[in-house]
Amino acid sequence: MKIERLIKMANDISDFFNAESDKEVAVEGIKNHILRAWEPRMRQAIIAYYKENGAGLSELAKTAVSKLG
Amino acid sequence: MSMNKEQDFGTPASTASTHVNLEIDGFKVTAPAGTSIMRAAASIGIEIPKLCATDSLEPFGSCRLCLVQIEGGRGMPASCTTPVAEGQKITTQNPRLAEVRRGVMELYISDHPLDCLTCSANGDCELQDMAGAVGLRQVRYNPIETHLNAIKDESNPYFTFDPSKCIVCSRCVRACEETQGTFALTIDGRGFDSKVSPSQNQPFMDSECVSCGACVQACPTATLMEKSVIDNGTPEHAIVTTCAYCGVGCSFRAEMKGEQVIRMVPAKDGKANHGHSCVKGRFAFGYATHKDRITKPMIRASIKDAWQEVSWEEAINHAASEMKRIQTKYGKDSIGGITSSRCTNEETYLVQKLIRAGFGNNNVDTCARVCHSPTGYGLKQTFGESSGTQDFDSVMKADVIMVIGANPTDGHPVFGSQMKKRLRQGAKLIVVDPREIDLVKNSPHVQADFHLKLRPSTNVALINALGHVIVTENLTDEAFVNQRCDVASFNKWKTFIADPRHAPEVTEAITGVPAADIRAAARLYAAADNGAIYYGLGVTEHSQGSTMVIGIANIAMATGNLGRIGVGVNPLRGQNNVQGSCDMGSFPHEFPGYRHVSDPETHSLFESAWQTRLSTEPGLRIPNMFEAALDNSFMGLYVEGEDIAQSDPDIKHVHAALRAMECVIVQDIFLNETAKFAHVFLPGASFLEKDGTFTNAERRISPVRKVMKPLAGYQDWEVTQLLSNAMGYPMSYNHPSEIMEEIAALTPSFSGVSYAKIDELGSIQWPCNDDAPQGTPIMHTNEFMRDNGKGLFMLTDYVATQEKITPMFPLILTTGRILSQYNVGAQTRRTENVAWHGEDRLEIHPHDAEDRGIKNDDWVGIKSRAGETVLRALITDRVQPGVVYTTFHFPESGANVITTDNSDWATNCPEYKVTAVQVTKVNQQSQWQQDYSAFSEQQLELLEQGLSNG
Repeated sequence: MKIERLIKMANDISDFFNAESDKEVAVEGIKNHILRAWEPRMRQAIIAYYKENGAGLSELAKTAVSKLG
Repeated sequence: MSMNKEQDFGTPASTASTHVNLEIDGFKVTAPAGTSIMRAAASIGIEIPKLCATDSLEPFGSCRLCLVQIEGGRGMPASCTTPVAEGQKITTQNPRLAEVRRGVMELYISDHPLDCLTCSANGDCELQDMAGAVGLRQVRYNPIETHLNAIKDESNPYFTFDPSKCIVCSRCVRACEETQGTFALTIDGRGFDSKVSPSQNQPFMDSECVSCGACVQACPTATLMEKSVIDNGTPEHAIVTTCAYCGVGCSFRAEMKGEQVIRMVPAKDGKANHGHSCVKGRFAFGYATHKDRITKPMIRASIKDAWQEVSWEEAINHAASEMKRIQTKYGKDSIGGITSSRCTNEETYLVQKLIRAGFGNNNVDTCARVCHSPTGYGLKQTFGESSGTQDFDSVMKADVIMVIGANPTDGHPVFGSQMKKRLRQGAKLIVVDPREIDLVKNSPHVQADFHLKLRPSTNVALINALGHVIVTENLTDEAFVNQRCDVASFNKWKTFIADPRHAPEVTEAITGVPAADIRAAARLYAAADNGAIYYGLGVTEHSQGSTMVIGIANIAMATGNLGRIGVGVNPLRGQNNVQGSCDMGSFPHEFPGYRHVSDPETHSLFESAWQTRLSTEPGLRIPNMFEAALDNSFMGLYVEGEDIAQSDPDIKHVHAALRAMECVIVQDIFLNETAKFAHVFLPGASFLEKDGTFTNAERRISPVRKVMKPLAGYQDWEVTQLLSNAMGYPMSYNHPSEIMEEIAALTPSFSGVSYAKIDELGSIQWPCNDDAPQGTPIMHTNEFMRDNGKGLFMLTDYVATQEKITPMFPLILTTGRILSQYNVGAQTRRTENVAWHGEDRLEIHPHDAEDRGIKNDDWVGIKSRAGETVLRALITDRVQPGVVYTTFHFPESGANVITTDNSDWATNCPEYKVTAVQVTKVNQQSQWQQDYSAFSEQQLELLEQGLSNG
């Protein structure tokens, strides 16, 4: 999986939930979306990337990914 | 089997709820008020002679054959135009009436060729029937002048127009007006000179005729006649089935001679089409027996090898052993499959079952990924169900119709005609589209009240502006919201949408749509008694596709335009069974009925029914499969009935992924573009060769019935079953009805569906269960399908696409389809429909063309960040400056060479509608086109070698 692709997908999801004024709700939304829609190897890749440095992920996406595993 | 000819009651049924009592030829009759005497008589089996009347058209009263006498009344009124009245006593037959009718028939026949024995309508001619019915035995006239030498028009590839046989009954003219709404025909001249004229006395092919076939069907003689009937004679039996083209799902009578389809005639009692059709469903069925059909299984080790024809057993065993080998080498999750919206519900269900239960993973996806997946997501979130809310007939009660990113007259033509009928009755129209679709002002007697000609990619800014006006001008339906919706979410949305950043005066800079138009359109929609929204891929195929669907749902809920006839949110699904393929569990995260694979109750239900362990993890979506293939972790793919190598975006990336896989199994009726990258080819069956069901855009489950043997020996569900058994997961269905029984047992919204009930009702709209045993034409009537029954408002901030225009790529390319071609064109390109559209063209505005020195028909290069292709230019102001447009029906066009990998945030539906491009005049094909042409030729040679060795 190209990590650039996964970063973009995560950021696109966080762009939608960014409309939420309650950022905890937004993070929960992003996390649940990734959990319910991403195949495990995609999730593993983005988690590993976040743990490495997470560069390029939006703040909301980073927070959501941090809660994935 | 027989022809089971449909009864013609002469005039349309009355919808009145009050009834009147009368007497016809001494028999007592009760009929709804407004019914014609002709229809009332027909209802008790009394056939009054007629020629200009037919029950698909309003009465006309011109032929003077249907005269009757009414006790106490004067003269002999026409029974087609005279409504029944309380206490009437009517005589349909007596010597005086008979004499008048014979006299009328004598005049008709005096100017009609008496070639009945060799006429193509022999045995199926109303004029001939009437001559018999009135007892015509002689023609006393020897006219000095006749029309017998009138020239036949054979310009249309599917039907002929022979004016020498025309009786000028106007049925064709009226059908073109009332049924189709094109107004291509007229009666030119007066008296003896009267004649049917396409446009300005032009040949049919040069006129506005859209070849829907309504005139041919309405013609009572051989004047308008299918060439297939002229060539082959009249059919001898008919089987009712469902069209395999668009999401309207028209019901057709396949009229047959043995196993040969003579013609497809739209069924009058088809609930989606009411006897109407379009050029594809009516005429473009010849692909089913085209010489390109592949009817023998084939295998090869590499895509550089020639194909080798093998037995079914060898092909299936080879496919299964390859998939098992790959799983052993790369892991259980290294294979998957793609279901098809062109296949039946039962076939789709079986493919996803094979993948989940036989492959042991959830790597199943479907072509809805690239079209309406955002609909599934957005409507599930807001309304609780992944489907449109209305039946098609609901449009006839709509007062304001908003069409967003759809082109019904081209993409869903039969529904488009119904919509035009409602618009001609006076409904208001708002069109939201970057391009001037026909509904805007190119359909006779139809004109949009507002055309919100927005810039591509700015849908969400526009829907937010509409929402802003609705909220800030207090146009919301608070009673509906309070009773039917999640009020907390509404209040949150209300605050969000009232923010000045969503005001039309602010969004104007984003969308390019004048604020005043937005305000007026919002007021029109919100104030309507019934406001209905219809949308298409111009909504979904964006990076904010799901957001836009949610935005549409928001304004429909806010204005109370849900839960009754005439309103609703209506996605116009592209392919015949997109709705069905999604319903059947084709998405990698959902079991049939849109239940998540991790839901414990559902998971346990399916494990128990399928007797195997199932994964609780979502599988790979199609674009993820490609990514994984290039990563060497997804190496085997089973594709049934889809052509991902042509239809998916950023096609060079797709081709690279297919080349990287070790086993691609394609099941299709043709060696499509994807099959050129395949290692196993399993020949499929066309819709004429199989039993099953399709589900159309209004959730209508309609029967697909086999009218001929499968050319390759098996129906597609049988092939999947063979593969499953070879993979080691046993399946033993004897008929698709058994598959439907299983679907019904496992899917709450289908629990009341069975083949017996479909046969009884003709079709069923799901949900069909104990709560709605006859099905559900309109959803969410009392409460929404969400767990708490309340509609959910969601926040929809506009996020600009990442596909930016720059000096290097200053134009936006958007894509669409055309009436005569269908999707990737695999079917329609193999029919005479190429007469209307033989190549994809690039529409460009005159200003943009002039800036670039481009003239009509010039070859132009279209270059994006993803690639380059070359098409011929069509200069038109239907597109706005800065926007270019093309269709994608021909593989050599390479439309998807230039589309990018941007996609919807929620579903990864590609952003087909927005690609930044530069257009320049060129004089040769692009490098990609040259390379692909060489590859394609090589693949056809490898096929040829295989066929000659086989």
